[in-house]
Amino acid sequence: MPEPGALRLERAFRAAGRPLFVPYVMGGYPDLDASRRHARILARHADIIELGVPFSDPLADGPTIQAAGQQALDGGTRPWDVLRIAGDLRDGPPVVVMTYFNTVIAHGAEQFLNEAAGNGVAGIIVPDLPVDEAAEVREVAQGVGVALVALAAPTTDDARMAEIGLSAEGFVYLVAVTGVTGGQMALDDRLRALVERARRHIKVPLVVGFGVRTPEQARQIGDIADGVVIASEIIRRIGDAPDADAADAAVEAFGNAIAGALRT
Amino acid sequence: MSVAKRFGPYGGRYVPETVIGALDELTEAYDRYRDDPGFRDELGALLGNYVGRPTPLYRAGRLEEAWGLDRGLWLKREDLCHTGAHKINNALGQVLLARRMGKQRIIAETGAGQHGVATATASALVGLGCRVYMGRTDMRRQRLNVIRMRMLGAEVTPVDSGSGTLKDATSEAIRDWVTNVDTTHYIIGSAVGPAPYPEIVAAFQSVIGNEARAQMLAETGGLPGTVVACVGGGSNAIGIFRAFLDDAAVALVGVEAGGEGPSGRHGASLALGRPGVLHGSYSYLLQDPDGQVAEAHSVSAGLDYPGVGPEHSHLRDTGRVSYVNATDEAALSAFLECSRREGIIPALESAHALAHVRDGAAGLAGPGPVLVCLSGRGDKDVDQAGAALGIDASA
Repeated sequence: MPEPGALRLERAFRAAGRPLFVPYVMGGYPDLDASRRHARILARHADIIELGVPFSDPLADGPTIQAAGQQALDGGTRPWDVLRIAGDLRDGPPVVVMTYFNTVIAHGAEQFLNEAAGNGVAGIIVPDLPVDEAAEVREVAQGVGVALVALAAPTTDDARMAEIGLSAEGFVYLVAVTGVTGGQMALDDRLRALVERARRHIKVPLVVGFGVRTPEQARQIGDIADGVVIASEIIRRIGDAPDADAADAAVEAFGNAIAGALRT
Repeated sequence: MSVAKRFGPYGGRYVPETVIGALDELTEAYDRYRDDPGFRDELGALLGNYVGRPTPLYRAGRLEEAWGLDRGLWLKREDLCHTGAHKINNALGQVLLARRMGKQRIIAETGAGQHGVATATASALVGLGCRVYMGRTDMRRQRLNVIRMRMLGAEVTPVDSGSGTLKDATSEAIRDWVTNVDTTHYIIGSAVGPAPYPEIVAAFQSVIGNEARAQMLAETGGLPGTVVACVGGGSNAIGIFRAFLDDAAVALVGVEAGGEGPSGRHGASLALGRPGVLHGSYSYLLQDPDGQVAEAHSVSAGLDYPGVGPEHSHLRDTGRVSYVNATDEAALSAFLECSRREGIIPALESAHALAHVRDGAAGLAGPGPVLVCLSGRGDKDVDQAGAALGIDASA
């Protein structure tokens, strides 16, 4: 068996020696080929790639990711198509797949996770699978060497932080704001306190996301956390581009800018 | 006592981490207040003097005659509740909980608009701000309820995603809740959603069955042979079924939206779906092989939902309740028959239950009388039903 995903993820943090850049690509948006290209472009700048498998009713996502996911589904994107994008990135940074619980269980969690593992996926993030519902899926995931990456939120109390910390593997995705993706985060005392509180209970690296938009914000988050997820902003830039070449160029420029900000 | 999280394998809390704390808080508040004398007195007084409970049990003699129901047909008249449907029973209970939890703002989703109106009403009554999410399609077909909600001071926010119906409104309400969870209580209108909602909604609606069971005993000297209710998310159905679950001789029948019929679009999650997760709970669900949630269809906005409450999924699997369906066409004709033979214009949702009684009368198990939950009145449906039936106001 190849090296378990949790170890690959943890090694990525140790190897970098700086905060990690974790960009998000929605598989199938604006179409499957374009998303594969964008993932390859970002792989040159990223430390971990977060790859979205579209779901019809994404409760944790704001309008930008909702619309991108719907476009992907309207274009006929299936989960297996997206997992194959991960397979194409085997030589690049580790891939974590982000999707919703019903996608994971629709054909049985075993099948989804086997396919993921077969495509070299290091971890999965399931935002509607809180820690107290996750035991069964975690066991299946561990069986095939895929880390189940947990989320923690500003409203997570100390007892739950500890519970999350106990089973955490790879890293923990810390939600910066009380809200859905694509909003506006601010690096304030509240967020600093949240990161400090999470660190007291969680020993794996902490990656912060939800509402990060600019290189400057990424750099600030990098000062307090181990990594930064940027999702909606990348999708927005792809959507704003007049054609496919411009979208590729926008992804390249933005990936380069964020990676640069995290290296300084 | 604890508050049920699962019904057999169904239910659970499949929601973003952000709202887990609020679900815990709601569970604690409900557990603390449900038997609290002050809470019970306040809710009881409102149900009596404000809602008009107990609602009557009425024998529908002319429908009995038309449909050959010698055994008797009784209607539990939830259509006579203040605001026009059973939804107010739950909205009042939850708004009183919200006030005790110190929440300043109420949000809700609505399909037919009855839950939205009930929540807007309850919020006005206690002086809390209220926002209701409603699919654009539903705003059009239940226009009158949109106006009522706005008159009651609620903000009605249109939802354009998906098919612009109840599923999409529910998703949007949950996103609002995820964002404003510190100040806001989300009043779910059906027995769906993450725990503890299915249990709380069922408990607040069980007043329907508790009254109806006692009324049947008083009126007929016995229990009904069959109890029939429509099922979208399933709140009126679970509200009337719960009182009869231990009465093994009483057949329980839930009627889902058959929509366009066997080969067309429908809302029959229990008959034709398979278990999956939508809106926080594991339950029967209309979905494609990859788990993408399918669009439901029903002439009645309140049944136009691809999911169903988790307790119904369990009752389906155990066989305690039979789930059948009635088409749009059957519901519309039952709607008209009830109007013309009884002088009662039923909600299109409730008309599904009546349609099953009419069309399935021969197959109704048990010899005793039939009890139907007439969950709401049809004033909200006059535009749509009138158009479908060719009835308008022109001279």
